[in-house]
Order: sequence, then C-alpha cells, then structure tokens
Amino acid sequence: MIPAEFDYTAPESLQDAISALVDGGEDAKLLAGGHSLIPLMKLRLAAPSLLVDLRKVPGLHGVERQNGHWRIGALTTHSALEHSPDLGIVAAVAATIADPQVRHRGTIGGSLAHGDAASDLPAVMLLTEGEVTLQGPNGQRTVGAGDLFKDYLTTDVGEDEVLTEIRVSAMDGWGYGHQKFNRRSEDWAMVGVAAVVKANGGTCEDVRVGLTNMGSVPLRATAVEEALRGRELSAENIARAAESAAEGTNPPADLNATTEYKRHLARVLTKRAIQDAVGAG
Amino acid sequence: MSVTDEAPAGHVGRELRRKEDPRLITGRARYVDDISLPGMLWASFVRSSEAHATIVSIDTSAAAARDGIHAVFTGEDMSDLGGPLPMAWVPPGVEVNNPEHWPLARGAVKHVGDPVAVVVGEDRYAVQDAAEDVIVEYDELPAIIDPEAAIAGPPYVHEQFGTNRVHEWSLAGGDVEAGFAEADVVVERRVINHRIAGAPIECRGVLADYRAGSLTLWTATQVPHFVRLFMALLLGLGEDHVRVIAPEVGGGFGQKLQVYGEELFACWASRKLDRPIKWIETRSENMSVAHQGRDQISAVKMGAKRDGTITAFHVKILADFGAYNMILTPLIPSLGAFVMGGCYKIPNVQTDITGVFTNKCPTDAIRGAGRPEATQMIEVTLDQLAHELGMDPVEIRRRNFIPKEDFPAETATGVVYDSGDYHRTLDRLLEHVDVAAFRREQAQLRSEGVYRGIGFCTWTEICGLAPSRITGPAGVGVQAGLWESAMIRVHNTGAVTVYTGTSPHGQGLETAMAQIVADKLGVDPSVVEIIHGDTSMGPEGRNTYGSRSLATGGEAVAKATDKIVDKVKAIVAAELEAAPEDIEVTADRFAVRGSPDKGLALADVAGIAYVGAVPEGMEPGLEETTFYDPENFVFPFGAHACIVDVDAETGKVVVQRYVAVDDCGRAVNPMLIEGQIHGGVAFGIGQALYERVYYDDSGQLITGTFVNYAIPTAAEMPSFETDRTETPSPVNSLGAKGVGEAGTIAASAAVTNAVIDALRPLGVDYINMPLSPMRIWDAISSSQGTNAEGGAQS
Repeated sequence: MIPAEFDYTAPESLQDAISALVDGGEDAKLLAGGHSLIPLMKLRLAAPSLLVDLRKVPGLHGVERQNGHWRIGALTTHSALEHSPDLGIVAAVAATIADPQVRHRGTIGGSLAHGDAASDLPAVMLLTEGEVTLQGPNGQRTVGAGDLFKDYLTTDVGEDEVLTEIRVSAMDGWGYGHQKFNRRSEDWAMVGVAAVVKANGGTCEDVRVGLTNMGSVPLRATAVEEALRGRELSAENIARAAESAAEGTNPPADLNATTEYKRHLARVLTKRAIQDAVGAG
Repeated sequence: MSVTDEAPAGHVGRELRRKEDPRLITGRARYVDDISLPGMLWASFVRSSEAHATIVSIDTSAAAARDGIHAVFTGEDMSDLGGPLPMAWVPPGVEVNNPEHWPLARGAVKHVGDPVAVVVGEDRYAVQDAAEDVIVEYDELPAIIDPEAAIAGPPYVHEQFGTNRVHEWSLAGGDVEAGFAEADVVVERRVINHRIAGAPIECRGVLADYRAGSLTLWTATQVPHFVRLFMALLLGLGEDHVRVIAPEVGGGFGQKLQVYGEELFACWASRKLDRPIKWIETRSENMSVAHQGRDQISAVKMGAKRDGTITAFHVKILADFGAYNMILTPLIPSLGAFVMGGCYKIPNVQTDITGVFTNKCPTDAIRGAGRPEATQMIEVTLDQLAHELGMDPVEIRRRNFIPKEDFPAETATGVVYDSGDYHRTLDRLLEHVDVAAFRREQAQLRSEGVYRGIGFCTWTEICGLAPSRITGPAGVGVQAGLWESAMIRVHNTGAVTVYTGTSPHGQGLETAMAQIVADKLGVDPSVVEIIHGDTSMGPEGRNTYGSRSLATGGEAVAKATDKIVDKVKAIVAAELEAAPEDIEVTADRFAVRGSPDKGLALADVAGIAYVGAVPEGMEPGLEETTFYDPENFVFPFGAHACIVDVDAETGKVVVQRYVAVDDCGRAVNPMLIEGQIHGGVAFGIGQALYERVYYDDSGQLITGTFVNYAIPTAAEMPSFETDRTETPSPVNSLGAKGVGEAGTIAASAAVTNAVIDALRPLGVDYINMPLSPMRIWDAISSSQGTNAEGGAQS
C-alpha cells in the first residue's frame, strides 16, 4: 500500500482522541478497524492528513445486556458480533460481512460511521430501534438510527465526534431472517433484506423490514410492513406483502445490476427473509 | 482416483510432495519485491487517464522539483532505443498492421493506463507522490471501444492504417459450404468470449542494475530468455552483457509471457542514471495495463446429419486486440483454429479470423490462449445441435469422436493429433456421473421449482508449444524456434544440478523434473536440484507457456540425463569389467544385470569421472547438454461434467459438482496434475460465472480492482472430483503431454452447457458468459415475457 503522506497518533483516552481530531482539522480521520478507510487511502481516493487511531482508547469494546437492550462498544469487531449468538439478527447479519479476515478487523462503529449504503449493519439498526452515542468536544449526544444515515457515505457523526457505543433492542420474542444477495460470498450486498417478525399464534403482531443498497441510505419497507401487520402469516400473505418491497425505491444501476433488477431482488429477498423470520422458509 | 493398478516402479508416477513448497510455505522464497540493491532508485509511471487522446503538453517541473526525485522522463527522452517493443509473429503471406509501441507514449495515448511519463526517485512513496504532480494536458480523440463498430470505422485507433483491422487469417480444410449443403440441421450461434484478466497474485515487478557495461534484470516473468534477447537488441547490448533473472514468480497465467515496456524502461534508466532502478506494479496498474485475454465475438455455424454426424463447422472470429500488438497478440486466435474441430471427426472445418484495434488494454495469451475460445464455440454449439436433433448430448459426442484407431489422426485442416482415446475418458467420466439417475433427479427437482442442469465438455487441445518446424518462421511464423534445452551436471559427490531452459512459476516442475532424473540416475529426488529462470546459468532456453514445460523441457531433461547415463554405464562397465549394455540402473546404483549387489552408486562414478580415471579416450567430468526439438505438438484431452443449480427467481448459479477426467499422457506426478486441473477449472469457472474486464463507452476501465473484477473464492467453488486416464504421447519418451491449461480449456463450456441445460424448461437456449445473476434473470424474463427492462452489462 502506497498512500499519500499522513501523520498518525494513537491517543490513550477518549478525550485525547477528540482533542486530536479537533486539532487535526477537517482532514483528520478516525481509524478503527481500517477496513473502509485504508482501502480508500490505498487507492488515493482518501488522503487524510492525520489518522487518530482508537486502538488504545479504553472502554470501546464488548457486548453487554442492559435490561431490554444490548450495549455494543464501537470497536467491537464483526467477528465478535458474529460469535455472540444472543445478539440474534445482529449476529446473523455480522456473519455475512465480507470474509473472515475483514470480520476480524472491521468494527461495528467504523461501519456505521462510514455509512456505506451497501454495508449490512445499518439496515439492522433500523429494525432494532438502534441508537449510537457520539462524544465530541461539546459533550455527548445520542442519535437514533433513523437520523444517523444522511446520504451516500454521509452520516450525522460530526468531524470532531467519536462514535463510542451502539444500543439496540434485544428484540425478545421476535423472529428474524436475513437475505444477502451477492455474486461472491465476500462481496457487498447487491441487495440485502433483513426482517424481524413478532408472531402471535399464526398472526403477524408486528413486522419490520430493512433494505440494504436500495438507495443512498438504509430503508424500511413500510409498505410491506403495513400489508402484513395484523394478518395471518401464510405463504400467500407474505408473498403478496413482499411485492411492495421496492415501492418508492430507485436504487442506482451498477456493474452487476440495473435498477429494475435490484427492485426485483428486493421483492424476492423480502419474501424469503420474512419466511425465514417466521420459520417457514 | 483409479487410474492404474500398477504401482510405479520408480519415482516417476508417484505423488511426490513438491520440492518448492518448504520455501514458499515458510515465506523464504524471494520474489522481485524481496530484492533490494544499494543505491537503488524507485520508478512510478504516470499513466493516461484518457482512452484516446493527443498529448498536448506534459509539465514535469513540479514533480522534478520535489525532494528526492532524480529524474522525470517522457517518451521523447527515450529516443535512443533500438526500436519499439516487439511483436514476434510474421505469418507468411499475411499482412499485419503493426503500430510502433513504445515504453512511454510518443505524442498520443491509446488506452487508459498507457504510460506517459515516469518519475524516478529515492523511495517508493515519494515517486508516487511526485507522479501525481506531473500535469498532462490531453486533446481528447474519439474512444473506439466496441470492436464491431471499430471494424466498420472510422474513427481509427491508429490513423496511419486507415482501418482498425489488424489482420485477416484463415485456416480451412474440406469445403464447409458443401458440408452445410449435406446437413439436415444447421445451428448458428453468436458466441461472445469476453475479455478477462490474468490476475496473478504477484503483480509484475522489475529491478534493473546496469553497471560497468553489464546489465542484470530481475523481473517477474515467464520468459527470461526472450526478455534477455529483446533487452539486448533494443538497448544495443550484446546478450553476453545481459543477464535476466526470473526469481520466484507468483503466477503468470500468460500475462507474464511478454516483453513489457516497464522492463525496458528500467534497464534503460539504470544505464542512464547509473543506479539500480526498481518498479513494483500496483494491483490497479496490473488490472489496467498488463495484457488481458480472450475478447472474441464469433459467428459460429455447425451442420449435422439427422443421425448427429457433423458435416461442417465454420467460425468467423472478430478478435479485439486492444490498442497495440504485444509479442504474440494476433497469433492467439489462430491457436484455437488449429483445434477448431475439437475431438470430433469433422470433414469440413474453417476458421476466419479478423483482428481489430480498440482503445483498450492489449490482449495476448491468457491461460488457454485461443483454445478455451475454440472449445466454447464447439461445445455450446454441439449441445444446441443435440437439442435440435433430439439427441442426448453424450450420445452426439460419442457419435462424432475421432476413433482411437485413427491416431495419429490428421484433421480436416491438416493438424496431426498425436494420440487420443476419447471414448475411454468419457466412459470414465460416466462411472462418476450417473446421467440416468441425474435426469430422474432433475425432473423431480423441476417439479419442485429447482432448476438443476448438467453440462458436458469433451475436448482436446494443442500444447507443448514447439516444434520449430511448424511454429517457426517457415511455418506458422513465430520468429523463434520453439525447442527446449537442458544441462545436467553431476557433481563430485553425486549430487545433481539440472539447468532447464523453461521458467516455471508455480507449476511444480522442480519436483517433476527431479523425479525424471532420479529414476534414470539411481538417486533420490532430494539430491536433484533444478535451476531455472536465470539466463546466465545453463543454456539458452525457450521458457514456460503453452503447457510446454514438461513435454518439451522435461523431455530435454530426460535426453540430457540419458547422455549422462551412457557415460556412467561406460565407466561402470570398465570398472566392473562388463559390457556397457549389461549395466542397468537400480534404485541406488548402476549394476551388472543379474548381479544387483555388485555395482557403483552415482557418487562413486562421479568420483571416478572427476579424478579423471575414465576409460581411455573419454573426457573427464560428468556433464551433458541437450537441445530437444520435438516432431509434433502434444494433444491432451478429457471429458468434464458440471452440475449446477440455478435460482430461477434471482438468476444465481451454484456449482454443485464438477467432475474432470483428464488424459495428459503418462503422469510424472499425479498430485501436480491434480493441482493444475483444480486451478485450471477454477479459472474456467471464474470466466463462465464471475470474471469480466469491463470498459464503459468512454474507454474507462470499470473493473480496476478485485472488488469489481470478481475472481471467485474458495467459497464459490465445489469440491472438485478428478480422475485420469493415461494414453501415452508417442511424441516424447516420457509419454507426457501438458496440463497447465487443460482445466481452463474445458471448464467454461461445461459450466455454460450446465446452466443452459437447467434453463431449457424456461425457454432459454443460450446465454453468453459471464453467466451473472442479472444476465440469467434477464434471459429468463425475456423468454417468459416478464421483464420490461433489459440491458444487462455484467
């Protein structure tokens, strides 16, 4: 890797990290697992003047249960999430990120702060009432998942803020399903669909469906949810509801998929994800 | 594996572990990038951002002013070269438009990545920073990307020719029109064999050191001997003053069968600056400027009688060569033409090739080089023919096989296949694949909405590139003899060093050659060292490509060793007072026949040879050299089957089984063969399902990284099932044929046929590769009338 020249610091406290970011100005960047930033630097698409490495900052790792929530440290790796089965859909989705090498270095905080429309965890945040804690020079604030993702590679995390922890609902009593469609197992999702369903008998008491890579930010397939909520969880009802999965979406075409194909995939994958969530897959 | 019941008598035939592996596994191998020299400078190339443009100006001042930068060069600075980069094919009677191709562009750029300038400085980071400071002003010209539009041009890639056509070349036998007139059914196909990358894990790299009148070049190449010749010619040096070393080389796949401008630049600059010059390619550079392969659009036509007998096969190939002719570019499609009838007895066969320039990276040999394209055309068309005749795809193959009694078999176009037994490989394949059971399962699954298909590929190919009489200037027109050399030195202690003119780079030739020598000399393979890839060590050689290194290089080693054996026998006979013809080799000595305990080990004989106590009239020492030029090519063959599941809702293909039965003649080391088949099949599956080099309409490369250039990983591969038959080649004493390209030549057709077999109930009868999910979904939707929107790219 032959990046442009940059400075590097590895502060030992959160306050020092924030200070380094403030002092470094707009070209200072945080380094967590490095699996988004380093490739960009390798291709010289990013040329930060200063890297503030979080690896020595204490308290940013780990997964712990707090009443009806999980608290996840921002530097928790995808691999650690994958191997925390109690996390349910978060663990299931983390297990599909890239390949084992990436999962052992990449972090949930880094992924969420980067805000790549094709990355897997943002849509899960929408389904689990997720929120993130941001620490900046002016103190701490909490941002819900619905407000975190602004546009392509753009999040609500300020240039001088550190994303320190993530809270997600434990989703007790919800079934979940996840369908990630890609050409190779290590690829980003062409389209991904995560679904959680709260069933009461054979009836859908509640349902949430999250779409990955169907727009500039993760989306909720609200039309699907409305079509299924309160109804019997039959294969026919699920399939009919899933027909609305692409409603209101206009994902950009890329090398592997036209807009129309992505919309088609969203419908197919939504059907399958909901079926998985109700155990009917 | 159930090839033969006979246990091998010696080392040949055994699955000896690779001698190469300890240094590779422990990280002790030395690649170009592991080598540094005192005073070394780094180079970084400034490359064209435009597909086609005139260079208005190049401002190097800011780059040159940076700390640690020693020089910035442009094309004009290299005006003292002896000539442009080489193209070594001069086909008799055929005109080839061949533009000058320089290491640094002169006045115009012809594809994205074309080098415009180069920065030389003290560290690798500084030169890349400085390269970004070189300001190039371009005057854009129309980008010529679509080969079919290009052949109809203007506009032109090279204005001076007044056409984008590179050449036209045909090979015909019989009379295809008469053959089609006899046919009851004629199938036509437009077969697109898309552009792919070689993508070796080690990118290219060079280190050139010119000092005191002599040049040493370390380069990640398959062809150090060719590189030495052209460095000498183009720099005005004697070959005696040029040493080219291919150290450990991390894969080539044909991409490193080349004489590259970066190699020439580094040598030139080292002489100019009197400093060693190093350049290590980035992956992005490798994807955009190292030569690529395939890229053919073909009109394919096959006719047959009602009983399935093929009467004629005619293909018209439009081959996209990109912006320049590299060393063998226009020859590559012709390699396919030599086996355009495949393993079938077809009386009328014709191949018409038109080469075309476009503003893309040049193409040249990539694993298989012309033969995967030929096999794809034959095998997908044959499957459609079977379908239209209502015949089983296995049966139509059997019906048309060249029978084993015909060998050596001359094809319609005059190529003589050395040996083959095609029914036997197919029979062996069908022992592994129960087709009747598969068809029952397939029908059952279809009723459940699962689309499973099976595809076959029975094939042969032409390899072991040699002999000079056919390939050379008076034959096909390659401006070099393609023989191979070997030199064997038995040391005083009986250790053996073998110098081969081949240049292996991952194949395991060090192991295979040691097995051959060990048997002949009665020693263990561990005491036989193989030296390769260094032009100053051993005789002139012809390098590694075209699945040639065992059939030509291994045979040269065998022949040189035979000369040693003759001398050893004479010495032993004299010592034991026996006749030389009564001396035979055992596992550890040369002994008189019938008295195996009475004999001399090689070390004893070497001792005698080096103290000079040899029979009167015999020279001392124990060292021999051979140059071997075979009588013919060799023609491996095989029968492959692939089983896939296609998700009809999404278009995704999953390979469930891949069974390969190959015959590459007598096996020197079955494990090495299996390794080559695994890699080759993976390469072919990669092209069939995943990989494609893609340029947009403006000539920008979209697949510049491994994110978009989708090389499959282990997760996408089935567990390969392999088996072999052994039909010895009569061409060489080993009975061996090549195997490096075999899997690749077979696999893409087997996969394509499997996908089509799965989709026939949905009304799909052909899709061009790569069989990506969207393409398959598009094909299903079009056939079912459910998709309003087409336009699949990838």
